[in-house]
Amino acid sequence: MADYWAGRDILSTRDVSREAIEQIWHKAKKYEDAVTQKKSYDKQSGKVLASLFFEPSTRTQFSFQTAMQRLGGGIISFSDSNTTSVSKGETVYDTIRMVESCADVIVIRHSLEGAAKLAADAAKIPVINGGDGANQHPTQSLLDTYTMFQKKGKLDGLTITMIGDLKNGRTIHSLCYALANFDVTIEMWSPPQLKIPQVILNDVSEKVKLVELESLDLSNSDVVYATRIQKERFDDPEEAERYSYVIDAEAVKKMKDDAIIMHPFPRVDEIATEVDSLPQAAYFAQEANGIPVRMAILDSVLG
Amino acid sequence: MNLELSLMDSEQDKMKIKKIENGVVIDHIPKGKGLAVLSILGIDEGFHATVSMVMNTPSTTSGLKDIIKIEERALEEKEINKIALIAPAATVNFVHDYQIVKKRKISVPDSFEDVISCPNPKCISNKEGRSILKVEKKSPLHVRCVYCERAYSQEELLELSSFTA
Repeated sequence: MADYWAGRDILSTRDVSREAIEQIWHKAKKYEDAVTQKKSYDKQSGKVLASLFFEPSTRTQFSFQTAMQRLGGGIISFSDSNTTSVSKGETVYDTIRMVESCADVIVIRHSLEGAAKLAADAAKIPVINGGDGANQHPTQSLLDTYTMFQKKGKLDGLTITMIGDLKNGRTIHSLCYALANFDVTIEMWSPPQLKIPQVILNDVSEKVKLVELESLDLSNSDVVYATRIQKERFDDPEEAERYSYVIDAEAVKKMKDDAIIMHPFPRVDEIATEVDSLPQAAYFAQEANGIPVRMAILDSVLG
Repeated sequence: MNLELSLMDSEQDKMKIKKIENGVVIDHIPKGKGLAVLSILGIDEGFHATVSMVMNTPSTTSGLKDIIKIEERALEEKEINKIALIAPAATVNFVHDYQIVKKRKISVPDSFEDVISCPNPKCISNKEGRSILKVEKKSPLHVRCVYCERAYSQEELLELSSFTA
């Protein structure tokens, strides 16, 4: 397969193939020393990334910017749209038309769903979705699946247990579609009001085995993918309390010895800090993988 | 609008609606959907010419149907696509001088563009740009917004959304 990603937008994992995902993994592996050795490459010298974060972000924004710099490229950015013409009412479309003359690739995060697609319609240069509302976060899924591949050697045959807010979490939605390319079992546990949208289940049900857990049982998991339950999603704070969960050292003892725990972060109190030093804790490695994976993404789309 | 409405429940009660001189006849509308078709065409009491509607009349192909005749009115492509959302099996006859000059069977397009808004209030197409709902399945109708990627059945779309002007 030729380089699938060259010149492409990355908006969603819904139509991405297994081969395309694996291309990113294999390229990312070559860039791991950008984290371990702080090594830089001269691959995209002279190219410019426009980093447009209409909504706050720490790790996605930092890792994209680091990735571009490690590739030898430059960055223009804003992370507070209140300091730009957007605050004067400028549309996303007009903002993108202006930015595309300054850059070779755009990464955009926006609170409205479909904003990245609209940006891609406006721009002739590749647009990467850095998160659009509750819809998609495709580069997170690429780094999530890369972490599973890195830690477990393969995805086929794995049982991945998604827990927490499965309704509003774009990382969950994107990951479901990415995992639909592999022979996996997805277990799900969430409060009743935060279940995964039915449309996603319909889309992936013929491709993966789906299991809804009645209780938070992690004993079958190869990968636990924990997400934050946001208390503001509940009308009754006591109900939010009832569904809060903590993965602590005791809970880890009940898991398979070689299981891993992932989290897209930020975490609040879903994973006790005592777990951080256990071999199952893969979430810091997952975070760090944002850099080589996003290097692979930028290098691929820029060609 | 001068609305002639007839509800026919037997052959004896059958009323002939007089032929129209110029305008359109929309036939094979699913039973009970005639008023909705008028609504999406923006035809209300302010309309200047005669509108006739037959509800619950026997259809040779599918049980009961509604028929609408609208004087002095043409239909644009966008309006035909709107009708396709409610009455995908309808036909439109264009009438001139009491003669049918063109007959058109409505078909579900590959996508509905600027026909109906995406029901998702957090979709960017409701703030800027335009609505594009890609048809994933024609019967029963299922569409997906190309922006927010949410999928809707025909019923969900008609219940939750509004037609664009």
